[in-house]
Amino acid sequence: MSIWSRLNLCVPWFRRRVRVADLDRELRNHMDLEAEEQREAGASPEEATYAALRALGNATQIKEDVRMAWGFQWLETLLQDIRYGLRQLRRNPGFTAIALITLALGIGATTAIFSIVNGVLLNPLPYPHAPRLMAFAEKLPPFQDFAISYPDFLDWVKMNHTFEALAAYRHTDMNLTGSGEAERVKVIQVSASFFPLLGVKPVIGRNFAPAEDRPGAASVVILSEGFWKSKFGGSSQILGKVLKLDGKGYTVVGVIPKSFYFCCEKENFVLGDVYTPIGSYDNQWMLDRGAHPGIFAFGRLRRGVTLQRARADMDGIARDLASAYPDSDKNVGISLTPLKERMVGNVEPVLLVLLAAVGFVLLIACANVANLLLARAAGRRHEFAIRAALGASRARAIRQLLAESVLLALAGGGLGLLLASWGTKAAVAMLPEALPRANDVRLDPHVLAFALVVSVLVGVLFGLAPALQSSRPDLHEGLKEGARGSIGTSHRTRHVLIVMEMAMAVVLLIGAGLTIRSLARLWRANPGFNPHNVLTFNVALPPSTGKETPDQIRASLRQLTGAIAAVPGVRAAAITDGAFPMQGGNIVGFWAEGQPKPATESEMPNAVNYIVGENYFKVMGIPILHGRLFTRNDDIHSRFVAVIDEDLARIYFPHQDAVGKYIHLAGLAEPFEIVGVVGHVDQNGLDEDKRSARLVQIYIPVLQIPDQLISFLAKTEGFVVRTQSPGFASIEAIRRAVERMNRAQVAYGFESMEEIIATSLASRRFTMILLAVFAALAITLASIGIYGVISYSVARQTHEIGVRMALGAQPLDVLKQIVGQGFKLTLIGVAIGIVGALGLTRFLSSQLYAVKATDPLTFIVVSLVLTSVALLACYIPARRATKVDPMVALRHE
Amino acid sequence: MKTSKQTADRLELMQGTLNMLILRTLLLGPLHGHAIAKHIRRTTDDVLQVDHGSLYPALHRLERKGWISAKWEMAKDRNREFKYYRLTPAGRKQLATEHSKWKLLVASIGRVMEPAEEG
Repeated sequence: MSIWSRLNLCVPWFRRRVRVADLDRELRNHMDLEAEEQREAGASPEEATYAALRALGNATQIKEDVRMAWGFQWLETLLQDIRYGLRQLRRNPGFTAIALITLALGIGATTAIFSIVNGVLLNPLPYPHAPRLMAFAEKLPPFQDFAISYPDFLDWVKMNHTFEALAAYRHTDMNLTGSGEAERVKVIQVSASFFPLLGVKPVIGRNFAPAEDRPGAASVVILSEGFWKSKFGGSSQILGKVLKLDGKGYTVVGVIPKSFYFCCEKENFVLGDVYTPIGSYDNQWMLDRGAHPGIFAFGRLRRGVTLQRARADMDGIARDLASAYPDSDKNVGISLTPLKERMVGNVEPVLLVLLAAVGFVLLIACANVANLLLARAAGRRHEFAIRAALGASRARAIRQLLAESVLLALAGGGLGLLLASWGTKAAVAMLPEALPRANDVRLDPHVLAFALVVSVLVGVLFGLAPALQSSRPDLHEGLKEGARGSIGTSHRTRHVLIVMEMAMAVVLLIGAGLTIRSLARLWRANPGFNPHNVLTFNVALPPSTGKETPDQIRASLRQLTGAIAAVPGVRAAAITDGAFPMQGGNIVGFWAEGQPKPATESEMPNAVNYIVGENYFKVMGIPILHGRLFTRNDDIHSRFVAVIDEDLARIYFPHQDAVGKYIHLAGLAEPFEIVGVVGHVDQNGLDEDKRSARLVQIYIPVLQIPDQLISFLAKTEGFVVRTQSPGFASIEAIRRAVERMNRAQVAYGFESMEEIIATSLASRRFTMILLAVFAALAITLASIGIYGVISYSVARQTHEIGVRMALGAQPLDVLKQIVGQGFKLTLIGVAIGIVGALGLTRFLSSQLYAVKATDPLTFIVVSLVLTSVALLACYIPARRATKVDPMVALRHE
Repeated sequence: MKTSKQTADRLELMQGTLNMLILRTLLLGPLHGHAIAKHIRRTTDDVLQVDHGSLYPALHRLERKGWISAKWEMAKDRNREFKYYRLTPAGRKQLATEHSKWKLLVASIGRVMEPAEEG
């Protein structure tokens, strides 16, 4: 076939109208000639015409066959079906609107969740060779992913055989001075390999050179684009300028683009204002193999190396280091996790649960639309009977009905896509803390393809049953019955669909109910302190403090605390160093009096170490159980004292009074006398402590920090204050009071304790809100569904009801009968739903707190609620049925 | 009235032969659909009744294959336009192929059905 004739195949399509007219003309000519022939043979004109018609046969069929011969029949049929479908949809605006809204909600919600799953879980991280990036941490029992010691990291770089490159990073804050107003900036200390590994190219300037990532190297800094623009107006003159950070000069060598994104929730990685080479950080922690100063790392596997081989390699290195440095590295392991898993692993189960939940919503929506279509199809059987009588094949009828439903689904999908793009933004904006990689969530081609496929599938899914039903070729029945349609067969399908809807709604409601109950319990959970009216913030001390004598530093701290406590509205203020509740904290090795000193630090049990001001317990509302709290007199000149939590007392001083006993802390020569026992505080968030290892807690007074360590406190101090009233009225006053003491001193990072708790629950709230929305959708759709089915059956039974009432049935009997129908369906649905929920809710268990996945209360309440709503939905049409006037009903033929 | 199923069977059975007959008829010159049917009927003494339901689809199929071409022309004997089909060179070739195939078929069937005459 030549190219021309190939093209020719398409051309006739455009001239279709002409060709159809041509064909008509050709056949008419043929008939005329035929009739003429008959007349010549002696027939009367009427007989002749009739004979000609008969000779020609079924003209429609011939035209159809000829069009088939034209060869683009499928396209034409499709267009025809689509045109016809559109006309049908336009003719029933009410039906179309309800179906469209239902589908748009179902497909929209599904697409929204899929776009989150796609962005967070499916898409690779936005780095080169992302699947080969692995996150490092140290295993320091009981911790699986602990911060890394820098000397260990350097050894890993040297000793490993499985990684192309490794990069370490650490977050800290520094005071920027000498560039306008003094300011606290976020500094991320990174290895020279950090940006190259993540494929980040500076917008201007360059990345760090390896030589700059070493002790004693000249100090250099890379700015983030945002900071560069806001602080320096995006001037290209910035390269070579010197920034003063914590009093030390850093030369600017580059600016990294604002598109750079990196998050590791657990490691508290935040995007920095500025980046400095970690290797040049001049701090004794960096040389101390036993210190784990908040450093984490990642690396890129060599091509072809499996995670397993890399783990074996690193395990070997860990063993070598343990035997070389038993004091710090005994029992220390190396944990390797794919970077993506580290970033999003904690949300994976949640997102999958949400995807399943939203899938249920979609199925319910489908069932509803299928029910609507079935009701309509019953009414349209007459139409299809006529079409079949006129020679339409069943396949053609099914195809046409499917075209209609797919059309509907595509339109619903289009609307749903709009809903999804809006809903995704809303969901992500609502709780950004809840979702890592939130900015990777968008409507990309995958999501569009997903929406398209789902729409088509959904269209076929809800269209198939009605199509099969109404195209059933029992012409006789269809024609005889006339426009009334039939009730019998489609009824069962409709009932099955309703039962399914109810069952799925039950599962969703139970899921939502369980998460809501968990969250309610968490809000009411006692964290071990009283979070109301507590503010937390940091104060960056003036750089000059570092040069003061230890006693001067202590005096400054005491003065600062006094100044803050004196602010009107502040009831009490206290320093807290190293540990804010709910935000992790310093871990210290210890041993109790009467026990042998462990040979190495890594063999000591661990405790959270709070270094606090004397009023800390008063501010936090932590109850004293035994002994006394700190006083003003517990300072460097008096005996060292400690307060411990009830867990430590119970575990390490069983059956005895811990007060008066001594406790040794790693790295400190003097033991501390235990003077009081307080309640345990949930250190790692309300829910965390219930699952992970519960750490014991040791408090020591900030003023007893020995001289050699106090200079660590001379940079920045955490504070907690208890205010008289909630809200943030005191913040400005505190800020001013801090500045009044010293102009170079900044209070920053104000957060209420309640906010911190809310943030720690963000991901649960995210799940709960979405599940609740889905459950609400499900119950609404299911109610509409059962309402539709009952209304329809009432309408169909008007005649029967009229007869019964004419024969003396009471309205109550009618009401009972009709509500009874709905009740039966609901009960079956609820029963199936409960069984389903028993099997499915365990996938939710990671999101539950103090509520069992089979919580009977939730199951009972949900069943009752759904049953009541369903009964109400049945009651409305049932009441209508009781108003049937027998006379009218009997005439209703 | 024929049901569509029967038509389909017959179409299948007839198609090749009908194509050949149409092409052979058009060898005489351009004709419209009715004339083609009439010619076949007359020539075979009414033995072969061309089913109109098959004729027009066949004509359009042949046209699509490029074996015949169609043109609306005024009839000589009356004041009316008819759609005249005429053989294209490709159609001529096709006719030759089909004719020889058909001859082979008839001869072969003949040899099976009437072996005595073979002698």
